[in-house]
Amino acid sequence: MSVSPVIVASGGANLASLKFALQRLGIDAPVTENPDQIRNASHVLLPGVGAARDAMMRLDAAKLTALIPQLSQPVLGICLGMQLLFSGSDEDHAECLGIISGRARRFPQDKKLPVPQMGWNQIRLGAASKLLNGLADGGYAYFIHSYALPEGDYTRATAEYGTSFSAIVAQDNFYGTQFHPERSAGLGARLLANFLDL
Amino acid sequence: MVVKGVQFRNHQVMGNILDLASRYRDEGADELVFYDITASPDGRTVDRSWVNRVAEILDIPFCVAGGIRSLDDAETVLNFGADKISINSPALEHPELIETLARRFGSQCVVVGVDSSSEESDYWVYQYTGDPERSRSSQRKTLEWIREVQERGAGEIVLNCMNQDGVRQGYDLEQLTSVRAVCQVPLIASGGAGELEHFKDVFEVAAVDGALAASVFHSAAIRIFDLKTYLLDARIAVRPPETEE
Repeated sequence: MSVSPVIVASGGANLASLKFALQRLGIDAPVTENPDQIRNASHVLLPGVGAARDAMMRLDAAKLTALIPQLSQPVLGICLGMQLLFSGSDEDHAECLGIISGRARRFPQDKKLPVPQMGWNQIRLGAASKLLNGLADGGYAYFIHSYALPEGDYTRATAEYGTSFSAIVAQDNFYGTQFHPERSAGLGARLLANFLDL
Repeated sequence: MVVKGVQFRNHQVMGNILDLASRYRDEGADELVFYDITASPDGRTVDRSWVNRVAEILDIPFCVAGGIRSLDDAETVLNFGADKISINSPALEHPELIETLARRFGSQCVVVGVDSSSEESDYWVYQYTGDPERSRSSQRKTLEWIREVQERGAGEIVLNCMNQDGVRQGYDLEQLTSVRAVCQVPLIASGGAGELEHFKDVFEVAAVDGALAASVFHSAAIRIFDLKTYLLDARIAVRPPETEE
């Protein structure tokens, strides 16, 4: 693979995990918030943990909120990073990047289903996408989140947690996974390899 | 799954830790807990760079327990690539530490370990259980403590039933069922696993979210692959072991 991806330094603690996951695929991806470096990368990974509003403020401070929607190379948002690609989130009524139309909503309260969802859950593959190559329908991925995107035209895989929600999304060159591919064993490694093949 | 490490910084042991971590990863463990018993309670700074080595090779979530007493300790471990931190005695000494950590890193990172003993028809929380000389009752009732840590922001609770620990007679289903009734966050059972049936029982009877074991896996008395196959046959929803493509 001759690719030169970058990981956007969005803050949060899973940057090391993502970097190592790419290393296991033989790819060294710098972590950066430099706009030029991001613009020139072959692929852009946008991770994120924490709250949507904080993450947007960090991207704004790094002058990335205008840049990211203009990127033409493949972009993969992970977990909160995926939610940031959308119009907004009910979490603190945050406005996000607005690349994909939709809004993250909090999981409904249900005594049997603790929020955040934290653990392995099955994904159901939907509309075809190169990102899904070789993934098993019903395969398990690792999720940690309290907010989720409802199903929409952008949905490429779903999962169930009291309600059905988007586990993988795609629109044009923008992609996202609600789960953490860097912590989803073989399924996650395959998805990251698929992304770098785009 | 727990990896207990004596002297994480010793090269040979570090090699063993990494070998164990990859073995359990390949066998299909869903999560690993590393119990750093060298992170002693005397307050000295400990080298946590081993966490980084583990993060390099693991593609499943892992948690670090032992000696996390402050925001700084937690931040170091999380920045090295751990997904969660687990606190036990320090939470009993300073319960507000749970809030501090949850506010800074989110509840999903913050696991509270509870060592609980059944005595005089009630359940009691013990502290300093890592050291037999210091181990003692905290005078707190387990169910009250479980409620409190959730209010303070714990995202997950690992309940270690001390009466069962290491004896391989099965999880303490009665105690786990009582705790489950007051525990709205993920509950992980610990202590007592000896046979395949024990895992099935704890999921069916106590409705826990996870079952943790150490000695039966370390001794290879139970292989994770066999355990998962058995649980799937018993219609318990677990992530199937990945097979070679």
